[in-house]
Amino acid sequence: MQRTALLAITLAVATMVGSALAAPVNYKTPDEVAAFKPGPNLEAVQSNCAACHSSDYIATQPPMKDKKAFWQAEVTKMIKVYGAPIDDADVGKIVDYLAATY
Amino acid sequence: MFDRRDLLKGAGLAAMAATLNSTRALALDTVTLPFANGERPLVKYPQKRPMIGLTSRPPQLETPFAVFNDGPITPNNAFFVRYHLAGLPYDLDPDKFTLEIKGKVDKPLKLSLKDIRKMKATEIVAVNQCSGNSRGLFEPRVAGGQLANGAMGNARWRGVPLKAVLEMAGVQAGAKQVVFGGMDGPVSDKTPDFAKALDLAHATDGEVMLAYGMNGDDLPFLNGFPLRLVVPGYYGTYWVKHLNEITVVDSVYDGFWMKSAYRIPDTPDNSIEPGTAPKATIPINRFTIRSFITSIPDGAQLKAGRTTLRGIAFDGGKGIKNVSVSTDGGKTWAPAKLGKDLGNYSFREWKLPVKLAAGQVELKVRATSNSGETQPETPRWNPAGYLRNVVETVRVNVA
Repeated sequence: MQRTALLAITLAVATMVGSALAAPVNYKTPDEVAAFKPGPNLEAVQSNCAACHSSDYIATQPPMKDKKAFWQAEVTKMIKVYGAPIDDADVGKIVDYLAATY
Repeated sequence: MFDRRDLLKGAGLAAMAATLNSTRALALDTVTLPFANGERPLVKYPQKRPMIGLTSRPPQLETPFAVFNDGPITPNNAFFVRYHLAGLPYDLDPDKFTLEIKGKVDKPLKLSLKDIRKMKATEIVAVNQCSGNSRGLFEPRVAGGQLANGAMGNARWRGVPLKAVLEMAGVQAGAKQVVFGGMDGPVSDKTPDFAKALDLAHATDGEVMLAYGMNGDDLPFLNGFPLRLVVPGYYGTYWVKHLNEITVVDSVYDGFWMKSAYRIPDTPDNSIEPGTAPKATIPINRFTIRSFITSIPDGAQLKAGRTTLRGIAFDGGKGIKNVSVSTDGGKTWAPAKLGKDLGNYSFREWKLPVKLAAGQVELKVRATSNSGETQPETPRWNPAGYLRNVVETVRVNVA
């Protein structure tokens, strides 16, 4: 039996007995299927952005008039605010990819 | 928008997939939220029914809006999910879980879940709403999680008052704030860990709760199992999940998630001219008052004649005084009948029998609280996309 089924049973039992504490949760999220769209410098994006979040963070952003300024601001925020370790040489590549692709 | 048949179809597929033990991300179907780039997959997670998938890592799930027509309590398996950082405590062991209370206290504590469950329990029905709920409807659009109106929910929370735990620890003179940290954290140690703070007076008001129960069950994992903070009337950013660290401090906490993020303009109605930047900001706090029609989706085709409109209203804790409904685009308003009062922090159901004439009809709903707060006719704007509470409009075609 696969682990998801075991988890489902564990959770069902835990629910039935109310507040009884069970074993470690071992929660399984579905596999990630969202992928970055093909585009220039895709590699730089995959190696820098995907470490911390899935690609749907990018794909669901609103269509902005000034795409380049929008994505420049987002990449800057990721570096300055969230500490993304992006090499200076990659910043322009990433912004170009995002502005051209999303 | 989507209709209920889509959801049922999705639920059927989910059940099928579950019997096949599939761990694939299940794009059961898609829904289109009512703004540009609003296509979303319906996804199935353990303990959840098919939900609108915003992001997968970390998981963020929006409640399909039709759920809010099913009753004033949002089921646990339909309750929205929002995380900031992808380091989730997927393997946490509830038997080994401890909540630490430390800082400016006489007696630092380490409480197990059993210790907490042994304490005198209280319950409160309260809405939790994401600060970014409805962000996708902002115009001009702003960056961030692009949600429609489904990042909210109403539950009966069970737990212990934060006040009782702080009294056990003995808050020292000079304490100013209480800081809350959860077991979820960043992937990179350069990313600021998520932590929120409340003023001591608020933290000890007897209403702020450490909750382990939700609608008669344990908290679902993605809603903060085994313990979360419940801050009635306040936006979800304060409702720290997987809560395991409470620190009393004698200063105003200046961590990133209080000092820089989750800020609203410091103006009388917390809005500014669309597209501009605020001069000064304050931390986001209480909900603005909102109301929704839940019985009819936007764009529905209706038969002319009598029908009953239904919906919900809520505010930041004063309670709903009245709800008015317009079936002529806001020219005239009629008072709706309010449903059962589950407390000032709960969704309040309303209904109103109306007679619809043929044509394109704009249905509107507007709530007023016991303090007189009501909803504006034009949307307020701020750069983070918070606090939306414009009078909502449902456009229907009556024939």
